[in-house]
Amino acid sequence: MLTIPRDLYDKIVAHARKDHPDEACGVLAGPAGSDRPERFIAMTNAERSPTFYRFDSAEQFLLWREMDDNDEEPVVIYHSHTATEAYPSRTDISYASEPQAHYVLVSTRDEQAAEFRSYRIVDGVVTEEPVSVVE
Amino acid sequence: MAIEVRIPTILRTYTDGAKQVEGTGSTLGELITDLERRHGGLRERLVDDGGLRRFVNVYLNDEDVRFLAGLQTPVKDGDTVTVLPAVAGGAS
Repeated sequence: MLTIPRDLYDKIVAHARKDHPDEACGVLAGPAGSDRPERFIAMTNAERSPTFYRFDSAEQFLLWREMDDNDEEPVVIYHSHTATEAYPSRTDISYASEPQAHYVLVSTRDEQAAEFRSYRIVDGVVTEEPVSVVE
Repeated sequence: MAIEVRIPTILRTYTDGAKQVEGTGSTLGELITDLERRHGGLRERLVDDGGLRRFVNVYLNDEDVRFLAGLQTPVKDGDTVTVLPAVAGGAS
């Protein structure tokens, strides 16, 4: 299960809405091993595309070094799908390389209600998990 | 002196769990060939026929080598090479 504070949940959805129709992406960092997302970092989608995302590699380098210095890890890695459901694509699965991370997908295809779902992706196997939003 | 190479969690199965290993070479390609001698299997996760695999980012000090000369990027003693998994995907 992903337990996520309301303000971080809202920031992810707001980022996805802002970048629509391009895909938005980013990280929630938290203390290593805690499974607790604490810090929201929006990343630049280097592809600026409605069907693909890739973290800007220079930004990713700096963030990964900062997390390492702070004993943090990417607890959540999120991105949006802007015309399809919030389910990992084959491309998402092929790139997934953080077995401890929650992979969050947000679909912005509906203008009113965002679809927000979370998955574990380990060795190519996708397992959906419940999302618990805490105030 | 040697070149320090930082290995991400996902590839540490090839380095007996080590976060950091050392190697030598005058280009990134040579360095990876040298690492392969002690850490068999690593090369295939970093390189394919077309060059660096799209699933990884490799940095010389703090520069993405894709913006330098890829596998031909010159490296020297005292440099740090960092490997990170690329974070990417998308609807199609």
